[in-house]
This record gives sequence, structure tokens and C-alpha cells, in this order.
Amino acid sequence: MSSQDEIEIPHLLEAIYQEYHQDFRHYSMASLTRRVALARDQMGCQTTADLERLVSGNVDAFTRLFQFLTVQVSDMFRDPSFFRAFRQEIVPILSTYPSLKLWVAGCSTGEELYSYAIILREEGLLDRSILYATDISPEALRKAQAGVYSIDRVAAFSENHRLSGAKCSLSEYYTASHGLAVFDRSLRKNVVFSDHSLATDSVFAEMQVISCRNVLIYFDRTLQYHAVALMRDSLCRRGFLGLGTRESLAFTKSSSAFKEFSPAERWYQKW
Amino acid sequence: MVSGELMPRAVVIGASAGAIDALKQIIPQLPHDLSIPVIIVVHLAARKESLLPQIFRPLTPIGIREPNDKEPVGAGIWFAPPDYHLLVEKDHTFSLSLDTPVKFSRPSIDVLFSAAAEAYGDGLLAVLLTGANDDGADGLRDVRQRAGRVIVQDPATAEASEMPKAGLRVATPIFTGSTSMIGAFLATLLQRAASDSRETS
Repeated sequence: MSSQDEIEIPHLLEAIYQEYHQDFRHYSMASLTRRVALARDQMGCQTTADLERLVSGNVDAFTRLFQFLTVQVSDMFRDPSFFRAFRQEIVPILSTYPSLKLWVAGCSTGEELYSYAIILREEGLLDRSILYATDISPEALRKAQAGVYSIDRVAAFSENHRLSGAKCSLSEYYTASHGLAVFDRSLRKNVVFSDHSLATDSVFAEMQVISCRNVLIYFDRTLQYHAVALMRDSLCRRGFLGLGTRESLAFTKSSSAFKEFSPAERWYQKW
Repeated sequence: MVSGELMPRAVVIGASAGAIDALKQIIPQLPHDLSIPVIIVVHLAARKESLLPQIFRPLTPIGIREPNDKEPVGAGIWFAPPDYHLLVEKDHTFSLSLDTPVKFSRPSIDVLFSAAAEAYGDGLLAVLLTGANDDGADGLRDVRQRAGRVIVQDPATAEASEMPKAGLRVATPIFTGSTSMIGAFLATLLQRAASDSRETS
């Protein structure tokens, strides 16, 4: 970041918030700075101020910038031991509830959403579950809703699924055609897709499980605190919160509301 | 104060092919009472638990860890966790990201070096070692732009010379040599940093 950027990036983020109501003002600055620089290069702008001028009053340009600013990385059953802990330690507790609500916050293109849906089906809970899949990116939500992934990625997904303690092959859940794996629409029968921002929107519903993995890493500590408080308030008592492998509540002020449930796998329980 | 100018506030190290052997020459030489962070990116295949802390813990009493997101950057040795970019914020906490690989790498040396250059300015010392691609070179350019200092392994001594060669093309190092010489250089420099910080504390 140039010293110019120290002024111009916050200015850009404020302008985006005012005009487009997307709030990146409390994102982690180190990685956001890289993404702004990449957007600047790819969108033909010399400076961040040029970029701000370009997106002002230009929805198409803003939409392009938004793609750069939002990170869309996801895999099915990413970190299989996390999903194994869900299946083996959390599902037995969930099965005592007459109905379930599970929220995948920051669902990106849906890979983790389908991972949960598949586990819940295998464990006989999907029919009495409602899954909420939210993201700030409409394009990511469209892809999540479609449930179509490149067949090249499916070998890794299958291996992760197996390592998560699967009861059958992943191929039970998709049909392959033209280099694509099309996931069974019945998996999303009880899924509600919705545009929701952990930065600016409010409490969602009373959940038994919230999964928010590798989303908080993009937030600064102020926004992390806000987001964790929002998730705390969206969980029922004894509800579960799952984070990414390298995310911890230890560095946020909300940690007292939670106890570690499966510390190595970053599953927390509201207390 | 001349010696004050020489004291880094943080060291970042990047290495790829041949990294383990290279670091085995350097890490055991670091002063046991290391008073600053030494942050290391090694290109490795993605897996949940990296083996790096296990490999190096027997070689030094210095604490070796992989950081969690937003953990304060304290003294000791830190390895970038597998499959995440590692960055340092201006408030000297770690940030992680799953942004696209840079130079086909995640973690990327460029990403760490550039962020650390922002966070530490002229207090940063960046060390680029053996490797078979040019990750790290853009980072070194940012380190120099922010008046940080650079050490590059002598390519002739590197298991893979492309990375140090690319580094030398963009940044003039304050020191270059084999890994054992770099280890000795750091030992002397950081020993003095350790004793100076004791005097001032």
C-alpha cells in the first residue's frame, strides 16, 4: 500500500458504503489492500482514487469491483475432520431435537452447504431440517442455488467426503454431464438462500447450528466482534458454532458466551 | 545511533524447494532468547496440520507456532499455516486469507513480505532462500520501497536457484551467502537486538 492508499482506500470503502450499501470498512486491511490493488490493475486504473471515480454512479463497474473484493473459495467437506466431528459428536445431539435450523453464514458458492445437507441426509435428519445459506454476493448465491460444480473438483470432494465418515459414495448425490457434476436437487429442498451481511444485517433466526468458516478472517477485530455477537444471538442455548481451522474466538471479546466443544476442530457451543 | 538502525523489529523468511535443509542451517543458530518475531513462509502441499513445527522444535528452544487469525505477533518463530496466505496488519496482529494463490502458491512469500513491509517499514529484514519459482521477488521490491532490508541466499549455494536469482534482480541485499552464513549473520544481528532490548526494558 502506498501512503496515498492509506487515505484513498478508506475513502473508497466509505464511498462504496454510501452509494451501494456494501460495507467493507471493517475488513482486514492487509488482504483487502491486495484485492483493491488487483482490481485497480485489472480494471485499468492507476490509483485507488481513479477506481473510486470509475465505480461512482456505475453499477456495472461496481459489480466488477465487488467480485474482486469478495473472496469465493470453498470446497466440499473442506477439512474432513471438522465434518467428521460434526457427524460423530454433534449430530447425535441434534437428533434429539424435533426440528433443526442450520445456518451456513457466508456460504459462497455452496460447497459447504451441500456438505451439511449430505451429512444430514445420511444421518436421517435432512427432512426435519431447514438450512439457511447466506452470502453478500448475489452471484455466489446463484451458483450455490444451482449446485453445479466442475467434475475436475469432484475427486477431491469424494475423498474428503469419505474421510468425513461417509456412509456411501459421493456419486450417489450427483449426476455427471458435460464435465459438470450436478447435485441432486432434493438436497436443497429445505434450503433457504438469502442475501445477508454479517456487517450490516441483523439477527437471523434461532439456530441449532451456525457454520461460518473462513469468513471472519476477512474482518478486522471490530467487525469480528460484531459478527460473533450476531451469531451468538442467532443461536439457541447450547447451539453450535463452527469456525475455520485457523479461526479462534480467543481473540474476540465474545468468547465468554461460548465454550469449546471440539477445540481441535473449532466447534464451539453457546453456553 | 548506528546500532539502533541495524536492529530489525521483525524478520520474514521465504523458501520453497530445498527449504527444510536451508532452514535447518538457520533456525538452530537463532539466539535462544529471541526478542522479535521471525515469520516464515515455506511452500508445501496443502494439508491441515503442517509438519514444520514438529520438524524444527527439536532444533531450538525458541517457541515455534502456526498463528491463528488476529493473533498478536509476539517474539518467537512463526510458520504460515498450510493453505492460507499469512499477512501482518499494521497493529502487528496476524491475518490469514484464502485469496487466490499468488505465483501458484498459498501461502505466498510475496503476500507475507508485502504486508510485513507495510507493517514494519524500515524495521523489517526480509530473507529470501532457495526455491524454484520467483515468489518473493515482488515482496522484496515492496520491502525495499519501504526502506526495509534484504538478505538473499547466494544462488550458487541454493538447491534451487531461481528464487534467489529473481530476488537479486529486484533488490540489493545487505548480505548474501550460504544458509549457514546467513544463519551466523542473523545470530549476531539478533543477539544484539536481544541484548539491546534488555538494556532498554
